[in-house]
Amino acid sequence: MTNSSPATKADATKLEQESRNATKAQLAEFWYYFSQNKGAVIGLVVFALLVFMAVFAPLIAPHDPDFQYRDSFLVPPVWQDGGKVAFLLGTDAVGRDILSRLIFGAQFSLFIGVVVVTIALTGGIVIGLVAGYMRGTVDTFIMRVMDVILAFPSLLLALVLVAILGPGLMNAMIAIAIVLQPHFVRLTRAAVLAERSRDYVIAAKVAGAGHLRLMFKTILPNCLAPLIVQATLSFSNAILDAAALGFLGMGAQPPTPEWGTMLAEAREFILRAWWVVTFPGLAILITVLAINLVGDGLRDALDPKLKRS
Amino acid sequence: MLRFLLGRFGLLIPTFLGVTLVAFSFIRLLPGDPAELLAGERGISPERKAEVMAQLGFDKPYWQQYIDYVLGIFQGDLGISFASKKPVLDEFLTLFPATAELALCAIILAVCIGIPAGIFAAVKRGSFWDQTIMGTALVGYSMPIFWWGLLLIILFSGILQWTPVSGRISLLYFFPQVTGFMLIDSLLSGQKGAFLSAVQHLILPSIVLATIPLAVIARQTRSAMLEVLGEDYVRTAKAKGLGPSRVVGMHALRNALIPVITTIGLQVGVLLAGAILTETIFSWPGIGKWLVDSISRRDYFVVQGGLLLIAGIIMMVNLIVDLLYGLVNPRIRHH
Amino acid sequence: MNFQKTLKATLLGASLAVIAATGASAKTLVYCSEGSPEGFDTALYTAGTTFDASSKPLYNRLVEFKLGTTEVVPGLAESWEVSEDGLEFTFNLRKGVKFHATSFFTPTRDFNADDVVFSFERQLNSEHPWHEYTPGTSWEYFNAMSMPDLIKEIVKVDDYTVKFVLNRPEAPMIANLAMDFASVLSAEYAAQLDSAGTKEQLNQQPVGTGPFSFVGYQKDAVIRYAAHADYWDGKEALDNLIFAITPDAAVRLQKLKAGECHVMPYPSPADLDDIRADSNLTLMEQQGLNVGYLAYNTQVAPFDKKEVRKALNHAINKQAILDAVFQGSGSAAKNPLPPTMWSYNDAIQDDEYNPELAKEMLAAAGVENLSMKVWAMPVQRPYNPNARRMAEVIQADFAEVGVDVEIVSYEWGEYLSRSKDVERDGAVLLGWTGDNGDPDNFLAVLLGCDSVGGSNRAQWCNEEFNSLVQKAKTVSDKAERTKLYEEAQVVFKEEAPWATIAHSVVFMPMSSKVTGYVMDPLGGHSFKGVDIAE
Repeated sequence: MTNSSPATKADATKLEQESRNATKAQLAEFWYYFSQNKGAVIGLVVFALLVFMAVFAPLIAPHDPDFQYRDSFLVPPVWQDGGKVAFLLGTDAVGRDILSRLIFGAQFSLFIGVVVVTIALTGGIVIGLVAGYMRGTVDTFIMRVMDVILAFPSLLLALVLVAILGPGLMNAMIAIAIVLQPHFVRLTRAAVLAERSRDYVIAAKVAGAGHLRLMFKTILPNCLAPLIVQATLSFSNAILDAAALGFLGMGAQPPTPEWGTMLAEAREFILRAWWVVTFPGLAILITVLAINLVGDGLRDALDPKLKRS
Repeated sequence: MLRFLLGRFGLLIPTFLGVTLVAFSFIRLLPGDPAELLAGERGISPERKAEVMAQLGFDKPYWQQYIDYVLGIFQGDLGISFASKKPVLDEFLTLFPATAELALCAIILAVCIGIPAGIFAAVKRGSFWDQTIMGTALVGYSMPIFWWGLLLIILFSGILQWTPVSGRISLLYFFPQVTGFMLIDSLLSGQKGAFLSAVQHLILPSIVLATIPLAVIARQTRSAMLEVLGEDYVRTAKAKGLGPSRVVGMHALRNALIPVITTIGLQVGVLLAGAILTETIFSWPGIGKWLVDSISRRDYFVVQGGLLLIAGIIMMVNLIVDLLYGLVNPRIRHH
Repeated sequence: MNFQKTLKATLLGASLAVIAATGASAKTLVYCSEGSPEGFDTALYTAGTTFDASSKPLYNRLVEFKLGTTEVVPGLAESWEVSEDGLEFTFNLRKGVKFHATSFFTPTRDFNADDVVFSFERQLNSEHPWHEYTPGTSWEYFNAMSMPDLIKEIVKVDDYTVKFVLNRPEAPMIANLAMDFASVLSAEYAAQLDSAGTKEQLNQQPVGTGPFSFVGYQKDAVIRYAAHADYWDGKEALDNLIFAITPDAAVRLQKLKAGECHVMPYPSPADLDDIRADSNLTLMEQQGLNVGYLAYNTQVAPFDKKEVRKALNHAINKQAILDAVFQGSGSAAKNPLPPTMWSYNDAIQDDEYNPELAKEMLAAAGVENLSMKVWAMPVQRPYNPNARRMAEVIQADFAEVGVDVEIVSYEWGEYLSRSKDVERDGAVLLGWTGDNGDPDNFLAVLLGCDSVGGSNRAQWCNEEFNSLVQKAKTVSDKAERTKLYEEAQVVFKEEAPWATIAHSVVFMPMSSKVTGYVMDPLGGHSFKGVDIAE
């Protein structure tokens, strides 16, 4: 049975072709359901605005985010007494424009989200595929390691990892990615286990597809839906965790205008200058909320069980 | 059932060993050391530093340190805090009730509001109420709680002056620690107003800590309810002419709660992570703050022991949830 | 056994608290302290927070700093003599001094020479049964002040006379004995614990001779004290003293405003105006006994040229730092000594802020396109409330004179050890808080040749400076020492191994009801002599 007959090979190709057509139809259907969800669309628009803000930050921001206006320490927002038109949302303790820092901060938050999700997703998929596909001791070992990671509260583990690697944005991202990884591994593995006994996989196997091809080209595309939902969730989690680490002084280091770090620096002004505390937190909330709205929309559109009939 | 139990327990052993290995290697990877930190600007001579590290047992080979550590765990010995010179386990036991009280109040708050809210939203699916509840839940779910805590302090303690700023009880009250739970101890003390004071101190931190679990539970309850409400037997019950409250109460709820229990169990990790931030903001004398401080102090054995104990708690809770799940849902057992 | 004891102690405290709560005439002062004490046996620790909670209320020293000054006055020793050769210090002890009677200990005798010998021998003598009485014991401050090298022996001459014999003359010795680690504990209490097999209680349920006695400690939350009724210097006006542990400065202030506490340390500079405006609060202030500096590495080019160092000093806008970082809670530093220290040389002119001049000087020194590192410590210190922010300001200042700055930082322990490296790349932000009010404690420790590769972060060894400072150490005449130190400061300014940045001003906000509080220039917080209006 080592040689596969031409007939089965043709069958497999046909199957693949069909699945490609199906993908197109799925996409159209997906967009239909997604656009039905008002919240998700609003979230998407806000998110698009954030991306725009981040990309064109140097053009939009009224000031250099790191420039210290030595005559304008802690200027309140423009609508309050003592506010200056030049600084719409006021300035911080060393006279930097808060609005500009928030705009540039969007770059960091989105960057954190993208990098963390990319690392966690890639790593998670590879490890999960290996575990689910290989089974046996490899699987057991991988899953126990994931259990160990999940046995710690995520923030605590990230905190210790950053303490080891040294405080900083890059290290914070690595730590958060490691902490978020197990969710992707588990999802991928579960999906692989569910898929590997399906007809089309067996057909491909019989047609002589190699392990790698089976893993990545045949099985993976059919496990994508839950992974996409998890990825959006992780995107917002990454932003929140990075901000929390920044708040505890272990994330991005000043003068980086990362929102959590800005909050940490602003904490001492809680009674005197509410604006340095309020705005960065609000920025985090809005961003995370927008992403979660999109995530909800994605889940509803991808999860057949909850589809409206 | 027994086999299921043993199987689940057996899985914990390698995980627990993994946890000890992680806790052990982490503190040996941490840069910096407590001796240098304690000496500060004054500095410490290399000989003295070597002496201090030897006192901590750091001069032995790694494998021996690890064996000593694991053997110690079984004798309840997690080492000595470098800062306070007291056993790590003693410190943990004095501080844990504070965290437990906070976490329990938060989870009770989350369950008591989250489940009814979720049911209500599911029953009124698509209505204004559904959208409001779910919108609020999503905001709660997206909340950076460290910022949320600061906002609540500014509003309730600063501007309105309704709640005290921090701590567990007004300093006017002083009574022996019996259970470590301020709410219970204050009642036991019989001192007038003590209980009320404890409640006032607990309320803001509980709200902050409950925010995310509350949102998760409400969302989970709603979707579980929706799923169950769509199933055949519920339709049948409806068709039989049972009123909506009986349908929801008798049939749907019981089945919908199964995944919700799992969700609640999973919140323990979330709560402990949240406790780190909440305790930092409210100066709450619990283990979250203790651990964060110990990490920055490089108090090796506190970090090592604290990580182990916290992971142990999470593992135990997960096991209990699994068992409960097995009890409620007989299908699982036979797998 | 232990549990019962604790319970008894807490119950006793409970009855006291009930009296307080029922509003009888008992006076209770609540102090919102900034952190938890590490323990109550002072000599084991080095942190000011621990001293505030242990040595200040609970214990006395042979000699003590007169409240509000760095002047040494009699404490448990009524008088003392120094031998001609400066090697023997003989102390005549006070009679009739009572130890605290508490629920866990009842003293049967007054304080005497045995207590003094016990308190020091355990630190000095590694064979002493109390030398390692709990795991991880170390006598850090005693070691850091070089006491083991300095003290040859401690002799009990009779019940009320003790003699310290030194290996070499040391002018600051008396001041050292007024420091917190030199607190005197009860030898009788130690013997009781020893026979009960609970030695570790010495660090958890302390007994001393001080103005307040220990009632109870709830970890990370509250410490309670009661006035010592038989205190040798008279009973305190306060009946109860409570430390409410509140690490966050903003929270401390809110509690103070809400009347939940009466005194707090370390307000955030941002809140000072707000405190001044509040008529229910009083704000005390005092120059801190500290200095914050930027230490160049004087052994690495181009910072080995004093012209370069001097030029950079002219480029630093200290006023901007005072505004942005200290926010009014600091004063510009021109000397390595703080202005409240005796022998501070006020005649010295500071390098004025002049970027143009700085540029010219750099050009004259042949330095172009200089890029350097500035190290910023990761923690808040008394002499520098926010090193990163300070580094950012310096970065902007140096950019103006064409010097490119990269800010680097490490974990605090790493920072301290790496910055000692003689080959270190970059200038280091650091500082120092005085231990005993002696100029030697600044000049020799921070800038002496012996400290290169250690606490001398400038790695600066100047023969002229060093010999002046070394000479001052062996002279016992204060006027002569003053002269030598003043001269040393002139050499320092000329050579500029540091950019001296600032001395912080220490603030203590308190309720207007509090009277008699005196600020300690050494940074401690003592409630001796404090009263509170009803």
